[in-house]
Amino acid sequence: MHRSLRFVFTVVALLVLPFAARAQLTIEIVGGAGTAIPIAIVPFGGESSFPLGISGIVGADLQRSGMFRLVNSDAVTPRPVRAEDIRADVWRGRGADAVVVGSMQTLADGRVEVRFALMDVVKQSLLVAMTYTITPAQFRTTAHKIADIIYEKLTGDPGVFSTRIAYITKAGARYQLLVADADGADPQVVVTSNEPLLSPRWSPEGTRIAYVSFEQKKPVVYVQNLANGSRQAVANFRGSNSAPAWSPDGRRLAVTLTKDGGSQVYVMSADGANAQRVMTSNAIDTEAAFTADGGSLLFTSDRGGSPQVYRLNVGSGSVERLTFDGSYNVSPRPTPDGKGFVFVRRDGGRFQIAIQDFGSRQMQVLTSGPVDESPSLAPNGKLVLYANESGGRGTLAAVSIDGRVKQRLVSAGADVREPAWGPYAR
Amino acid sequence: MKKFAIAALVAIFIAGCTSTPTTAPVEDKSGTASTTGTPGGATTSGTTQGGVSGTTSGTGGANPLRDPNNILSKRSVYFEFDSFTVADQYKPIVEAHAKYLAANRNARVTLQGHADERGSREYNIALGQKRADAVKRMVTVMGVQETIVESVSFGKEKPRNMGHDEAAWAENRRVDIIYAGE
Repeated sequence: MHRSLRFVFTVVALLVLPFAARAQLTIEIVGGAGTAIPIAIVPFGGESSFPLGISGIVGADLQRSGMFRLVNSDAVTPRPVRAEDIRADVWRGRGADAVVVGSMQTLADGRVEVRFALMDVVKQSLLVAMTYTITPAQFRTTAHKIADIIYEKLTGDPGVFSTRIAYITKAGARYQLLVADADGADPQVVVTSNEPLLSPRWSPEGTRIAYVSFEQKKPVVYVQNLANGSRQAVANFRGSNSAPAWSPDGRRLAVTLTKDGGSQVYVMSADGANAQRVMTSNAIDTEAAFTADGGSLLFTSDRGGSPQVYRLNVGSGSVERLTFDGSYNVSPRPTPDGKGFVFVRRDGGRFQIAIQDFGSRQMQVLTSGPVDESPSLAPNGKLVLYANESGGRGTLAAVSIDGRVKQRLVSAGADVREPAWGPYAR
Repeated sequence: MKKFAIAALVAIFIAGCTSTPTTAPVEDKSGTASTTGTPGGATTSGTTQGGVSGTTSGTGGANPLRDPNNILSKRSVYFEFDSFTVADQYKPIVEAHAKYLAANRNARVTLQGHADERGSREYNIALGQKRADAVKRMVTVMGVQETIVESVSFGKEKPRNMGHDEAAWAENRRVDIIYAGE
């Protein structure tokens, strides 16, 4: 393991020590992109005098994405601190295409000045140089911001290192909904219950989470404010209430209700008012999800005899079947670019994550199963977080939408399931 | 190696919690918005048990719902794979409960549908609901007021048998009949 990474984990372990039941996730790379970008992250000048270094977190973020390969910089002396110190030929000789340098320095008022620069040593051009003045409490978020900037400069896609994820843990008979940084750090308990919790869904602005709780001995949909912990039962009708999904503007929720008989899809205000059934079928309709433009709902229905993915045009009411390959295609999640959706398919007895394009109807299987479920797309649409099993326990994993990069999110102690990737930090 | 340390801590923490039940089934946690490194308010002590507390009724008289010799003590209806109809062998159970409900106007019952572990959690909620609805339809056809019977679903969240084979799945595709106050 990379030395600075190990250091991060030590710090994380210490932070988590009094809160160990929160089930910290750590992330392992299982497979990487065929063309990982070789990058050197030089330890920042002055960094060693701080309890938490920035460069180690930046390096860990980039490496975990599977899009980068870290080039060792230990043997390069003197260590460059500013962009003008970087000798491109030296780094080219070590196989690096890009080099990150930086510094950390305590100011008179106790805050810390963090500088960093990203150099393309192939073209010998400075791609970005920035300065942050932060408090020590902001080290981690600043490191993720820097990693996001580097990721975007070198891949062309926005980074998601500053985002957060939600997930459910089960330890014995105790269920918890947690929110953590995208790298698994700083897990925070949102809800604890003795009955199952299910289907957490971030509001588009990231301040609220909708979820299903069985604490009333039946499924009820709640919306909880993350800042102050207040919450409201927004769908608590007779029968079952489940499968919440936010509209892109955060003002409405699609839910599955059985109050009028059978599992049917309704749309209501985010406060639970004015639930309107969006269509009527004699079959199961559930797992609705708004497309990025808000104009359609993807959903699962067995109206054709087996569970398949359909699309409802909310304006016209027309319904179109989208999946035809196999007898079990469920849990559709539209991609942020509006071009397609990820879903769960069954192949023989194996449940796998797949992606399908709206236009071409081309389907690509991304995972091998056997019990992959609950896919959730990163806000940049490049990675899918999902649940599977390892050693008889629920774990989380992530796969890139080209199927090449695979990550495993390892948790000690608890069953982990039902991941939901949050929106971009604002 | 850190993982083992954390696992051990988790184990210790959980062991410490389970001995302190409270009556509060759910605890909301505030403050996830902080950007600081201080994980806010992790006082999650003693919420691992409770849920339903202190609901032991049962006075001296024989309660037909609890009498093991009475068919009313049978509370589960099991379903074949991909099936949502009450099999003949379970009809006497459902009929007995329908008669009891018709005769006991103050009784309230919840029909909890369940599914086996295969497939989507949310879709399994719908499958369990379909089973609970099938039992509900049967009792209402027999004259029980619709308003005293609620059909709900736990999907695959509460398996009766934790196994992963056909025998376990058969035990988990079921509807449990639960009276109010139980």
